[in-house]
Amino acid sequence: MIDINNVSKWYGQFQVLTDCSTRINKGEVVVVCGPSGSGKSTLIKCVNGLEPFQSGTILVDGTSVGAPKTNLPKLRSRVGMVFQHFELFPHLSITENLCLAQMKVLGRNHEEAHNKGLQLLDRVGLKAHAEKFPGQLSGGQQQRVAIARALAMDPIAMLFDEPTSALDPEMINEVLDVMTQLAAEGMTMMCVTHEMGFARRVAHRVIFMDHGQIVEDAAKDEFFGSPRSERAQQFLSKILQH
Amino acid sequence: MIDWQLIADNRELLVEGMLYSLKLTGTAMLGGIVIGCLLALARLSSFKPLSLFAAFYVNLFRSVPLVLVIFWFYFLIPYFGFQIGPDKSVFITFTLFEAAYYSEIIRAGIQSISRGQVSAAYALGLTYPQTMRYILLPQAFRNMLPVLLTQTVVLFQDTSLVTIIGIKDFMGSNVVVASNNSAMTEMYTFAALAYFCVCFPVSLMLKRLHKRIAVIR
Ligand SMILES: Nc1ncnc2c1ncn2[C@@H]1O[C@H](COP(=O)(O)OP(=O)(O)O)[C@@H](O)[C@H]1O
Ligand SMILES: [Mg+2]
Repeated sequence: MIDINNVSKWYGQFQVLTDCSTRINKGEVVVVCGPSGSGKSTLIKCVNGLEPFQSGTILVDGTSVGAPKTNLPKLRSRVGMVFQHFELFPHLSITENLCLAQMKVLGRNHEEAHNKGLQLLDRVGLKAHAEKFPGQLSGGQQQRVAIARALAMDPIAMLFDEPTSALDPEMINEVLDVMTQLAAEGMTMMCVTHEMGFARRVAHRVIFMDHGQIVEDAAKDEFFGSPRSERAQQFLSKILQH
Repeated sequence: MIDWQLIADNRELLVEGMLYSLKLTGTAMLGGIVIGCLLALARLSSFKPLSLFAAFYVNLFRSVPLVLVIFWFYFLIPYFGFQIGPDKSVFITFTLFEAAYYSEIIRAGIQSISRGQVSAAYALGLTYPQTMRYILLPQAFRNMLPVLLTQTVVLFQDTSLVTIIGIKDFMGSNVVVASNNSAMTEMYTFAALAYFCVCFPVSLMLKRLHKRIAVIR
Protein backbone atom coordinates (compact mmCIF):
# COMPACT_ATOMS: atom_id res chain seq x y z
CA MET A 1 0.00 0.00 0.00
CA ILE A 2 2.71 2.48 1.05
CA ASP A 3 6.18 1.72 -0.30
CA ILE A 4 9.05 3.90 0.90
CA ASN A 5 12.32 3.20 -0.91
CA ASN A 6 15.64 4.83 0.02
CA VAL A 7 14.15 8.22 0.68
CA SER A 8 16.58 11.02 1.55
CA LYS A 9 15.77 14.64 2.14
CA TRP A 10 17.81 17.74 2.84
CA TYR A 11 16.94 21.16 4.16
CA GLY A 12 19.77 23.04 2.48
CA GLN A 13 22.93 21.43 3.87
CA PHE A 14 21.12 19.65 6.68
CA GLN A 15 20.09 16.07 5.95
CA VAL A 16 16.74 15.35 7.64
CA LEU A 17 16.12 11.88 6.20
CA THR A 18 18.77 9.34 5.27
CA ASP A 19 17.93 6.35 3.11
CA CYS A 20 14.59 5.55 4.69
CA SER A 21 12.93 2.39 3.44
CA THR A 22 9.88 0.60 4.71
CA ARG A 23 6.64 -0.84 3.49
CA ILE A 24 3.17 -0.67 4.96
CA ASN A 25 0.77 -3.30 3.72
CA LYS A 26 -2.95 -2.98 3.32
CA GLY A 27 -4.67 -3.21 6.69
CA GLU A 28 -1.43 -2.85 8.60
CA VAL A 29 -0.98 -0.50 11.55
CA VAL A 30 2.54 0.84 11.89
CA VAL A 31 3.66 3.03 14.76
CA VAL A 32 6.60 5.36 14.19
CA CYS A 33 8.46 6.57 17.25
CA GLY A 34 11.76 8.20 18.06
CA PRO A 35 13.24 11.26 19.77
CA SER A 36 12.06 14.75 18.93
CA GLY A 37 13.74 16.06 15.79
CA SER A 38 14.50 12.60 14.43
CA GLY A 39 12.50 13.22 11.24
CA LYS A 40 9.22 11.42 11.99
CA SER A 41 6.98 14.29 10.89
CA THR A 42 9.10 14.90 7.84
CA LEU A 43 8.87 11.26 6.78
CA ILE A 44 5.12 11.05 7.23
CA LYS A 45 4.64 14.32 5.33
CA CYS A 46 6.66 12.93 2.45
CA VAL A 47 4.13 10.11 2.13
CA ASN A 48 1.35 12.42 0.95
CA GLY A 49 3.65 14.91 -0.73
CA LEU A 50 3.30 17.71 1.81
CA GLU A 51 7.09 17.74 1.89
CA PRO A 52 9.17 17.16 -1.24
CA PHE A 53 12.18 14.84 -1.04
CA GLN A 54 15.31 14.82 -3.17
CA SER A 55 16.05 11.14 -3.65
CA GLY A 56 14.33 7.79 -3.41
CA THR A 57 10.74 6.89 -4.23
CA ILE A 58 7.47 6.59 -2.38
CA LEU A 59 4.61 4.63 -3.91
CA VAL A 60 1.11 4.99 -2.49
CA ASP A 61 -1.20 2.35 -3.92
CA GLY A 62 1.10 2.18 -6.93
CA THR A 63 1.26 5.95 -7.54
CA SER A 64 4.67 7.57 -7.24
CA VAL A 65 4.42 10.58 -4.90
CA GLY A 66 7.55 12.33 -6.12
CA ALA A 67 6.95 11.93 -9.86
CA PRO A 68 6.39 15.30 -11.54
CA LYS A 69 3.35 14.10 -13.46
CA THR A 70 1.53 12.84 -10.35
CA ASN A 71 -1.68 14.66 -9.53
CA LEU A 72 -0.83 15.41 -5.90
CA PRO A 73 -4.20 16.85 -4.82
CA LYS A 74 -5.89 13.71 -6.14
CA LEU A 75 -3.44 11.44 -4.35
CA ARG A 76 -3.78 13.40 -1.11
CA SER A 77 -7.56 13.18 -1.27
CA ARG A 78 -7.16 9.40 -0.96
CA VAL A 79 -4.84 9.53 2.04
CA GLY A 80 -6.21 10.92 5.29
CA MET A 81 -3.96 12.93 7.58
CA VAL A 82 -4.39 13.95 11.20
CA PHE A 83 -2.15 16.63 12.72
CA GLN A 84 -0.79 17.29 16.16
CA HIS A 85 -2.66 20.60 16.41
CA PHE A 86 -5.92 19.33 14.84
CA GLU A 87 -5.97 22.06 12.18
CA LEU A 88 -9.72 22.29 11.95
CA PHE A 89 -10.71 25.36 9.95
CA PRO A 90 -11.74 27.84 12.65
CA HIS A 91 -13.90 30.02 10.37
CA LEU A 92 -16.09 27.06 9.37
CA SER A 93 -18.63 25.15 11.47
CA ILE A 94 -17.97 21.49 12.28
CA THR A 95 -20.37 20.45 9.51
CA GLU A 96 -18.68 22.76 7.01
CA ASN A 97 -15.29 21.39 8.05
CA LEU A 98 -16.57 17.92 7.23
CA CYS A 99 -18.29 18.86 3.95
CA LEU A 100 -15.87 21.24 2.26
CA ALA A 101 -13.38 18.80 0.74
CA GLN A 102 -16.05 16.20 0.00
CA MET A 103 -17.83 18.77 -2.16
CA LYS A 104 -14.89 20.65 -3.66
CA VAL A 105 -12.57 17.70 -4.21
CA LEU A 106 -14.80 14.66 -4.63
CA GLY A 107 -17.67 16.57 -6.22
CA ARG A 108 -20.30 15.19 -3.85
CA ASN A 109 -23.49 17.22 -3.59
CA HIS A 110 -24.37 18.97 -0.36
CA GLU A 111 -26.85 16.39 0.89
CA GLU A 112 -24.53 13.48 0.24
CA ALA A 113 -21.62 15.26 1.93
CA HIS A 114 -23.78 16.34 4.85
CA ASN A 115 -25.10 12.83 5.47
CA LYS A 116 -21.65 11.33 5.28
CA GLY A 117 -20.31 14.00 7.63
CA LEU A 118 -23.05 13.44 10.21
CA GLN A 119 -22.61 9.69 10.04
CA LEU A 120 -18.89 10.02 10.80
CA LEU A 121 -19.52 12.61 13.48
CA ASP A 122 -21.88 10.14 15.10
CA ARG A 123 -19.19 7.50 14.89
CA VAL A 124 -16.71 9.64 16.83
CA GLY A 125 -19.48 10.48 19.30
CA LEU A 126 -19.94 14.15 18.43
CA LYS A 127 -23.18 14.34 16.47
CA ALA A 128 -24.63 16.83 18.96
CA HIS A 129 -21.87 19.33 18.13
CA ALA A 130 -22.45 19.49 14.35
CA GLU A 131 -23.40 23.16 14.25
CA LYS A 132 -20.71 24.43 16.61
CA PHE A 133 -17.42 25.99 15.63
CA PRO A 134 -14.04 24.37 16.35
CA GLY A 135 -13.20 26.97 19.00
CA GLN A 136 -16.18 25.80 21.06
CA LEU A 137 -14.89 22.23 21.36
CA SER A 138 -12.24 20.75 23.66
CA GLY A 139 -8.96 19.54 22.21
CA GLY A 140 -9.98 15.90 22.31
CA GLN A 141 -13.26 16.69 20.59
CA GLN A 142 -11.49 18.74 17.93
CA GLN A 143 -9.10 15.90 17.19
CA ARG A 144 -11.99 13.47 16.85
CA VAL A 145 -13.65 15.85 14.39
CA ALA A 146 -10.34 16.04 12.50
CA ILE A 147 -10.31 12.24 12.24
CA ALA A 148 -13.92 12.27 11.03
CA ARG A 149 -13.03 14.95 8.48
CA ALA A 150 -10.25 12.79 7.08
CA LEU A 151 -12.47 9.69 7.04
CA ALA A 152 -15.18 11.55 5.13
CA MET A 153 -12.95 11.36 2.07
CA ASP A 154 -13.06 7.52 2.17
CA PRO A 155 -9.26 7.29 2.40
CA ILE A 156 -7.34 4.14 1.54
CA ALA A 157 -4.87 4.87 4.34
CA MET A 158 -4.55 7.23 7.31
CA LEU A 159 -1.49 9.14 8.51
CA PHE A 160 -1.33 10.39 12.09
CA ASP A 161 1.34 12.84 13.24
CA GLU A 162 1.40 12.79 17.05
CA PRO A 163 -2.39 13.06 17.28
CA THR A 164 -2.44 13.09 21.08
CA SER A 165 0.66 15.04 22.07
CA ALA A 166 -1.11 18.41 22.18
CA LEU A 167 -3.90 17.04 24.37
CA ASP A 168 -4.49 17.20 28.10
CA PRO A 169 -3.93 13.72 29.57
CA GLU A 170 -7.61 13.11 30.30
CA MET A 171 -8.47 13.58 26.62
CA ILE A 172 -5.88 11.26 25.15
CA ASN A 173 -7.93 8.11 25.51
CA GLU A 174 -11.01 9.36 23.69
CA VAL A 175 -8.81 9.94 20.63
CA LEU A 176 -6.90 6.67 20.99
CA ASP A 177 -10.22 4.82 21.27
CA VAL A 178 -11.32 6.19 17.91
CA MET A 179 -7.99 5.17 16.39
CA THR A 180 -8.18 1.71 17.94
CA GLN A 181 -11.65 1.20 16.51
CA LEU A 182 -10.41 2.35 13.12
CA ALA A 183 -7.54 -0.15 13.25
CA ALA A 184 -9.95 -2.91 14.22
CA GLU A 185 -11.95 -2.15 11.08
CA GLY A 186 -8.87 -2.85 8.99
CA MET A 187 -7.73 0.68 8.11
CA THR A 188 -4.15 1.00 6.90
CA MET A 189 -2.49 3.34 9.37
CA MET A 190 0.87 5.01 9.84
CA CYS A 191 0.97 6.64 13.27
CA VAL A 192 3.69 8.81 14.69
CA THR A 193 3.05 8.55 18.41
CA HIS A 194 4.74 8.05 21.73
CA GLU A 195 1.74 6.23 23.17
CA MET A 196 3.43 2.91 23.70
CA GLY A 197 0.30 1.42 25.27
CA PHE A 198 -1.50 2.08 22.02
CA ALA A 199 1.41 0.60 20.08
CA ARG A 200 1.33 -2.56 22.19
CA ARG A 201 -2.41 -3.01 21.82
CA VAL A 202 -2.94 -1.98 18.21
CA ALA A 203 0.21 -1.86 16.11
CA HIS A 204 1.43 -4.66 13.92
CA ARG A 205 4.82 -3.12 13.50
CA VAL A 206 6.92 -0.46 15.18
CA ILE A 207 9.47 1.74 13.44
CA PHE A 208 12.08 3.55 15.50
CA MET A 209 13.78 6.59 13.98
CA ASP A 210 16.85 8.50 15.09
CA HIS A 211 18.79 11.25 13.32
CA GLY A 212 16.73 10.87 10.16
CA GLN A 213 17.31 7.14 9.86
CA ILE A 214 15.04 4.17 10.37
CA VAL A 215 17.06 2.40 13.03
CA GLU A 216 14.58 -0.28 13.90
CA ASP A 217 11.68 -1.73 11.91
CA ALA A 218 10.25 -4.77 13.61
CA ALA A 219 7.06 -6.65 14.40
CA LYS A 220 5.50 -5.36 17.59
CA ASP A 221 6.34 -8.31 19.83
CA GLU A 222 9.86 -8.38 18.57
CA PHE A 223 10.28 -4.62 19.13
CA PHE A 224 8.98 -4.62 22.68
CA GLY A 225 10.64 -7.92 23.45
CA SER A 226 14.17 -7.17 22.37
CA PRO A 227 14.92 -4.00 20.39
CA ARG A 228 18.21 -4.65 18.67
CA SER A 229 19.66 -1.14 18.72
CA GLU A 230 20.97 0.48 21.84
CA ARG A 231 19.35 3.78 20.93
CA ALA A 232 15.93 2.18 20.70
CA GLN A 233 16.47 0.53 24.09
CA GLN A 234 17.44 3.85 25.66
CA PHE A 235 14.46 5.57 24.09
CA LEU A 236 12.06 2.89 25.31
CA SER A 237 13.38 2.87 28.83
CA LYS A 238 13.03 6.66 28.97
CA ILE A 239 9.53 6.70 27.61
CA LEU A 240 8.22 3.75 29.64
CA GLN A 241 9.36 5.33 32.89
CA HIS A 242 6.79 8.07 32.44
CA MET B 1 -16.76 81.02 10.13
CA ILE B 2 -18.84 78.92 7.75
CA ASP B 3 -21.12 80.65 5.22
CA TRP B 4 -24.06 78.21 5.04
CA GLN B 5 -25.85 80.35 2.45
CA LEU B 6 -22.89 80.07 0.10
CA ILE B 7 -22.81 76.32 0.61
CA ALA B 8 -26.52 76.00 -0.04
CA ASP B 9 -26.14 77.99 -3.25
CA ASN B 10 -23.40 75.65 -4.46
CA ARG B 11 -24.77 72.43 -3.04
CA GLU B 12 -25.03 70.70 -6.40
CA LEU B 13 -21.35 71.22 -7.17
CA LEU B 14 -20.33 70.18 -3.67
CA VAL B 15 -22.52 67.08 -3.59
CA GLU B 16 -21.23 66.03 -6.97
CA GLY B 17 -17.68 66.56 -5.74
CA MET B 18 -18.33 64.39 -2.69
CA LEU B 19 -19.84 61.67 -4.88
CA TYR B 20 -16.78 61.77 -7.12
CA SER B 21 -14.47 61.43 -4.10
CA LEU B 22 -16.46 58.49 -2.75
CA LYS B 23 -16.54 56.83 -6.15
CA LEU B 24 -12.80 57.23 -6.53
CA THR B 25 -12.25 55.85 -3.02
CA GLY B 26 -14.57 52.88 -3.63
CA THR B 27 -13.03 52.00 -6.97
CA ALA B 28 -9.47 52.28 -5.72
CA MET B 29 -10.39 50.23 -2.68
CA LEU B 30 -11.98 47.34 -4.60
CA GLY B 31 -9.45 47.40 -7.43
CA GLY B 32 -6.60 47.90 -4.97
CA ILE B 33 -7.68 44.96 -2.81
CA VAL B 34 -8.03 42.64 -5.83
CA ILE B 35 -4.66 43.62 -7.31
CA GLY B 36 -3.13 43.82 -3.83
CA CYS B 37 -4.29 40.29 -3.16
CA LEU B 38 -2.63 39.03 -6.34
CA LEU B 39 0.54 40.96 -5.46
CA ALA B 40 0.58 39.48 -1.96
CA LEU B 41 0.22 35.95 -3.32
CA ALA B 42 2.94 36.68 -5.89
CA ARG B 43 5.21 38.07 -3.19
CA LEU B 44 4.74 34.94 -1.08
CA SER B 45 5.19 32.63 -4.05
CA SER B 46 8.23 30.37 -4.13
CA PHE B 47 8.62 31.20 -7.84
CA LYS B 48 11.41 33.79 -7.63
CA PRO B 49 10.66 36.00 -10.68
CA LEU B 50 7.08 36.43 -9.49
CA SER B 51 8.01 37.37 -5.94
CA LEU B 52 10.77 39.70 -7.16
CA PHE B 53 8.35 41.48 -9.47
CA ALA B 54 5.82 41.92 -6.65
CA ALA B 55 8.50 43.18 -4.28
CA PHE B 56 9.73 45.66 -6.91
CA TYR B 57 6.21 46.95 -7.56
CA VAL B 58 5.37 47.39 -3.90
CA ASN B 59 8.66 49.06 -3.00
CA LEU B 60 8.46 51.38 -5.99
CA PHE B 61 5.01 52.73 -5.19
CA ARG B 62 5.69 52.93 -1.48
CA SER B 63 8.80 55.00 -2.07
CA VAL B 64 7.31 57.65 -4.35
CA PRO B 65 5.03 60.45 -3.10
CA LEU B 66 1.44 60.10 -4.21
CA VAL B 67 1.45 63.59 -5.75
CA LEU B 68 4.24 62.52 -8.07
CA VAL B 69 2.42 59.37 -9.07
CA ILE B 70 -0.68 61.42 -9.87
CA PHE B 71 1.36 63.84 -12.03
CA TRP B 72 3.23 61.01 -13.62
CA PHE B 73 0.15 59.10 -14.77
CA TYR B 74 -1.53 62.37 -15.76
CA PHE B 75 1.21 63.09 -18.28
CA LEU B 76 2.17 59.50 -19.08
CA ILE B 77 -1.18 58.04 -20.08
CA PRO B 78 -1.77 60.57 -22.91
CA TYR B 79 1.86 60.07 -23.93
CA PHE B 80 1.08 56.43 -24.65
CA GLY B 81 -1.85 57.56 -26.79
CA PHE B 82 -4.73 56.96 -24.37
CA GLN B 83 -6.97 60.03 -24.37
CA ILE B 84 -9.04 59.20 -21.33
CA GLY B 85 -8.69 62.54 -19.54
CA PRO B 86 -7.63 63.26 -15.97
CA ASP B 87 -11.06 62.42 -14.53
CA LYS B 88 -10.57 58.78 -15.45
CA SER B 89 -6.80 58.53 -15.30
CA VAL B 90 -6.77 59.06 -11.53
CA PHE B 91 -8.96 55.99 -11.09
CA ILE B 92 -6.12 53.96 -12.57
CA THR B 93 -3.50 55.89 -10.59
CA PHE B 94 -5.18 55.36 -7.23
CA THR B 95 -6.01 51.71 -7.88
CA LEU B 96 -2.40 50.90 -8.77
CA PHE B 97 -0.98 53.04 -5.96
CA GLU B 98 -3.28 51.67 -3.27
CA ALA B 99 -2.68 48.10 -4.47
CA ALA B 100 0.89 48.44 -3.17
CA TYR B 101 -0.33 49.43 0.31
CA TYR B 102 -3.16 46.91 0.45
CA SER B 103 -0.84 44.13 -0.68
CA GLU B 104 1.43 44.65 2.34
CA ILE B 105 -1.58 44.49 4.67
CA ILE B 106 -2.87 41.38 2.92
CA ARG B 107 0.55 39.76 3.01
CA ALA B 108 0.75 40.27 6.77
CA GLY B 109 -2.78 38.88 7.06
CA ILE B 110 -1.85 35.76 5.11
CA GLN B 111 1.30 35.27 7.16
CA SER B 112 -0.76 35.48 10.36
CA ILE B 113 -2.45 32.18 9.44
CA SER B 114 -0.42 29.14 10.51
CA ARG B 115 1.24 26.86 7.97
CA GLY B 116 -0.69 23.98 9.50
CA GLN B 117 -3.95 25.31 8.07
CA VAL B 118 -2.53 25.20 4.56
CA SER B 119 -1.09 21.72 5.15
CA ALA B 120 -4.47 20.50 6.41
CA ALA B 121 -6.22 21.90 3.34
CA TYR B 122 -3.68 20.31 0.99
CA ALA B 123 -3.88 17.03 2.89
CA LEU B 124 -7.61 16.91 2.13
CA GLY B 125 -6.83 17.19 -1.57
CA LEU B 126 -7.68 20.87 -2.05
CA THR B 127 -5.68 22.56 -4.80
CA TYR B 128 -3.70 25.79 -4.30
CA PRO B 129 -6.50 28.07 -5.60
CA GLN B 130 -9.11 26.22 -3.50
CA THR B 131 -6.91 26.45 -0.42
CA MET B 132 -6.50 30.19 -0.93
CA ARG B 133 -10.16 30.79 -1.63
CA TYR B 134 -11.83 28.64 1.04
CA ILE B 135 -9.25 28.39 3.81
CA LEU B 136 -6.51 30.98 3.80
CA LEU B 137 -8.00 34.20 2.43
CA PRO B 138 -11.29 34.08 4.40
CA GLN B 139 -9.34 33.76 7.65
CA ALA B 140 -6.72 36.29 6.62
CA PHE B 141 -9.34 38.84 5.52
CA ARG B 142 -11.24 38.51 8.75
CA ASN B 143 -8.06 39.23 10.69
CA MET B 144 -7.04 42.18 8.58
CA LEU B 145 -10.43 43.77 7.87
CA PRO B 146 -10.02 46.63 10.37
CA VAL B 147 -6.57 47.48 9.01
CA LEU B 148 -7.78 47.33 5.40
CA LEU B 149 -10.63 49.70 6.20
CA THR B 150 -8.34 52.04 8.14
CA GLN B 151 -6.16 52.23 5.04
CA THR B 152 -9.32 53.09 3.09
CA VAL B 153 -10.03 56.04 5.39
CA VAL B 154 -6.52 57.29 4.64
CA LEU B 155 -7.19 56.69 0.95
CA PHE B 156 -10.37 58.78 1.12
CA GLN B 157 -8.39 61.70 2.54
CA ASP B 158 -5.64 61.23 -0.03
CA THR B 159 -8.08 61.43 -2.95
CA SER B 160 -8.26 65.19 -2.22
CA LEU B 161 -4.84 65.42 -3.91
CA VAL B 162 -6.48 65.09 -7.34
CA THR B 163 -7.48 68.73 -6.94
CA ILE B 164 -3.99 69.68 -8.12
CA ILE B 165 -4.66 68.42 -11.64
CA GLY B 166 -7.91 70.36 -11.79
CA ILE B 167 -10.39 67.63 -10.93
CA LYS B 168 -13.56 68.70 -9.12
CA ASP B 169 -13.64 66.12 -6.39
CA PHE B 170 -14.99 67.29 -3.03
CA MET B 171 -11.84 69.27 -2.28
CA GLY B 172 -11.72 70.60 -5.84
CA SER B 173 -15.33 71.79 -5.66
CA ASN B 174 -14.54 73.62 -2.46
CA VAL B 175 -11.58 75.28 -4.11
CA VAL B 176 -13.77 76.44 -7.00
CA VAL B 177 -16.45 77.87 -4.72
CA ALA B 178 -13.82 79.45 -2.50
CA SER B 179 -11.99 81.26 -5.27
CA ASN B 180 -15.11 82.31 -7.19
CA ASN B 181 -16.50 83.93 -4.07
CA SER B 182 -13.29 84.95 -2.33
CA ALA B 183 -14.36 82.82 0.60
CA MET B 184 -11.20 80.87 1.36
CA THR B 185 -11.55 80.74 5.15
CA GLU B 186 -15.23 79.82 5.04
CA MET B 187 -14.98 77.12 2.41
CA TYR B 188 -11.78 75.49 3.69
CA THR B 189 -13.17 75.37 7.20
CA PHE B 190 -16.28 73.74 5.78
CA ALA B 191 -14.21 71.24 3.79
CA ALA B 192 -12.17 70.30 6.84
CA LEU B 193 -15.34 69.84 8.88
CA ALA B 194 -16.88 67.68 6.15
CA TYR B 195 -13.83 65.40 5.88
CA PHE B 196 -13.76 65.10 9.65
CA CYS B 197 -17.45 64.21 9.81
CA VAL B 198 -16.95 61.38 7.33
CA CYS B 199 -13.66 60.00 8.63
CA PHE B 200 -13.97 60.27 12.39
CA PRO B 201 -17.15 58.20 12.87
CA VAL B 202 -15.77 55.56 10.50
CA SER B 203 -12.53 55.39 12.49
CA LEU B 204 -14.51 54.98 15.72
CA MET B 205 -16.51 52.14 14.19
CA LEU B 206 -13.31 50.47 13.01
CA LYS B 207 -11.86 50.60 16.50
CA ARG B 208 -14.89 48.73 17.82
CA LEU B 209 -14.73 46.25 14.95
CA HIS B 210 -11.08 45.63 15.78
CA LYS B 211 -11.96 44.83 19.38
CA ARG B 212 -14.78 42.49 18.37
CA ILE B 213 -12.59 40.54 15.96
CA ALA B 214 -9.89 40.28 18.61
CA VAL B 215 -12.43 38.67 20.94
CA ILE B 216 -13.60 36.11 18.39
CA ARG B 217 -10.08 35.02 17.69
N1 LIG C 1 11.37 23.72 7.31
C1 LIG C 1 12.50 23.25 7.90
N2 LIG C 1 13.69 23.81 7.63
C2 LIG C 1 14.82 23.37 8.20
N3 LIG C 1 14.87 22.34 9.07
C3 LIG C 1 13.71 21.74 9.40
C4 LIG C 1 12.47 22.16 8.84
N4 LIG C 1 11.48 21.37 9.34
C5 LIG C 1 12.10 20.50 10.17
N5 LIG C 1 13.43 20.72 10.21
C6 LIG C 1 14.40 19.94 10.99
O1 LIG C 1 14.33 18.62 10.58
C7 LIG C 1 14.49 17.76 11.68
C8 LIG C 1 13.35 16.77 11.74
O2 LIG C 1 12.16 17.44 12.04
P1 LIG C 1 10.81 16.66 12.29
O3 LIG C 1 10.53 15.79 11.10
O4 LIG C 1 9.75 17.67 12.61
O5 LIG C 1 11.13 15.77 13.55
P2 LIG C 1 10.16 15.01 14.53
O6 LIG C 1 8.77 15.05 13.96
O7 LIG C 1 10.72 13.63 14.60
O8 LIG C 1 10.24 15.71 15.84
C9 LIG C 1 14.59 18.63 12.91
O9 LIG C 1 15.95 18.71 13.27
C10 LIG C 1 14.07 19.95 12.47
O10 LIG C 1 14.74 20.99 13.15
MG1 LIG D 1 7.02 15.89 14.75
